[in-house]
Amino acid sequence: MRDVAIIGVGANPRWGELWGQSLRDIFVEAALAAIDDAGVDHLDGMYVGCMSSGIFTGQEHLASLMSDYLGQKHIPATRVESACASGGLAVKSAFLEVASGYRDIILAGGVEKMTDVSGGEATFALGTAADGEYEGYHGATFPGLYAMIAKAHMARYGTTHEMLAQVAVKNHANGMLNPMAQYRSEITVQQVLNSVMIAEPLHILDCSPITDGAAAVILCPLDMAKKISKKQPVKIAGVGHATDTIQLAQRPDPTWLESTALAAEAAFKMAGVSRKDIDLYEVHDCFTIAELAVIEALGLVDKGKSGEATLKGRTARTGDIPVNVSGGLKSKGHPVGATGAVQIVELTRQLRGEAGERQIAKARRALAQNMGGSGGSAVVHILEVA
Amino acid sequence: MPSANYTREIPQRYRLEASRCVKCGQVHYPPRLICPGCRSRQFETVALPSGGKVVTYTIISVGPSDFAAEVPYALGIVELEGGVRLMAQIVDVPPEKVSIGMPVTLEFRKLYEEGKAGIICYGHKAVPA
Repeated sequence: MRDVAIIGVGANPRWGELWGQSLRDIFVEAALAAIDDAGVDHLDGMYVGCMSSGIFTGQEHLASLMSDYLGQKHIPATRVESACASGGLAVKSAFLEVASGYRDIILAGGVEKMTDVSGGEATFALGTAADGEYEGYHGATFPGLYAMIAKAHMARYGTTHEMLAQVAVKNHANGMLNPMAQYRSEITVQQVLNSVMIAEPLHILDCSPITDGAAAVILCPLDMAKKISKKQPVKIAGVGHATDTIQLAQRPDPTWLESTALAAEAAFKMAGVSRKDIDLYEVHDCFTIAELAVIEALGLVDKGKSGEATLKGRTARTGDIPVNVSGGLKSKGHPVGATGAVQIVELTRQLRGEAGERQIAKARRALAQNMGGSGGSAVVHILEVA
Repeated sequence: MPSANYTREIPQRYRLEASRCVKCGQVHYPPRLICPGCRSRQFETVALPSGGKVVTYTIISVGPSDFAAEVPYALGIVELEGGVRLMAQIVDVPPEKVSIGMPVTLEFRKLYEEGKAGIICYGHKAVPA
């Protein structure tokens, strides 16, 4: 396999309710930003991660639509879907195409246009990432599934409502420093606990929002990156990808995200590094409990200790294991198909030293974890300064 | 839900039919075509027991539109005797009285109505044992 570098990244200037822009506009805007950032004049291929444009906007066949509107008619383009891990899967797919030697300059992006439908329809669309016949049929919602993970975590490990709330407080504080974040507002633990209940114990401020947005990265062989790009190349050092049962009920321990643990193990092995070598993490905090369960599955803290570590500030921007310095899904927004791609955008900016006020000093290596459903799929990337 | 979809799920939904792997004995609900434990493709149909306990749960305050009249409702993972786990609403008890480890029994109940002209969807709900 060839070494692969990221030479361009892009996203919309700000995520949120982008009523003035269509599905294609949002994606093309982000992809053009990535192309401009890379300084390339053509693409050899592209991957578009998207969970549910069919339900959200009535549009499928994004491979053709997006390559055409990106001014890249006729290139081989592929849409990939793995629920909320679609963006991460697009990056992995592009990585494989470059690493294999098949093609050189590949764009990997993600997009979701979620605000053209009502809240009820959006809830339905997101619910399709669960098992429709054995979870949805009984009245399960996505917050409901994560709430069951939270209840089990609280009962087993003594995790508290305040520990959950602190994840949201931390990520909102981080999002204050990110110009593209949908919600740039500080919140307090008390505000989270006083906010409306969605699925006990998760309040609305424990949940990531409904968001329109897109993000894209450009990959090429590392050898080529050094010749064609003026930017600091960022190498994709490790890639891990795993699946698990789609049904939460069928996992032996509902608090344990095995797909994330397996994907991380594979990525660390491939990169030949360990957790102490990682300077910052972007993880899939679709709900506050998700960030807690993820940092345990990644092995950053012991099982059951994530809440305590969060309260102590270990995962804050200034802590010893900074998690979601971008604001995470919670503050930045969660356009489901784009989330995995923007994690790579954020970490590339950090490793280049371009992250402005939220820059982690001397960041050399970073990890992104993107997850589908209630943990039915997970993609992990380890990036490093080349 | 189109009626064909509904009809083909009746054995497992109405009668709680599961598949027991002939080779390794693992019981799968819903039934499967290949055993994830030993990869055998030979199964016998068994009916699940109705008794079990709550593994974890939540109280849903904002539900899907089909369940709008039900909120707030308790929804949980129930582990049946023998170890099979499935998702079910926990009813006939105030949601705030539900607890992890609570003994329950599955009962055949109406789950929701599919709009004004749609079919009535049945299945199992858990009630305190």
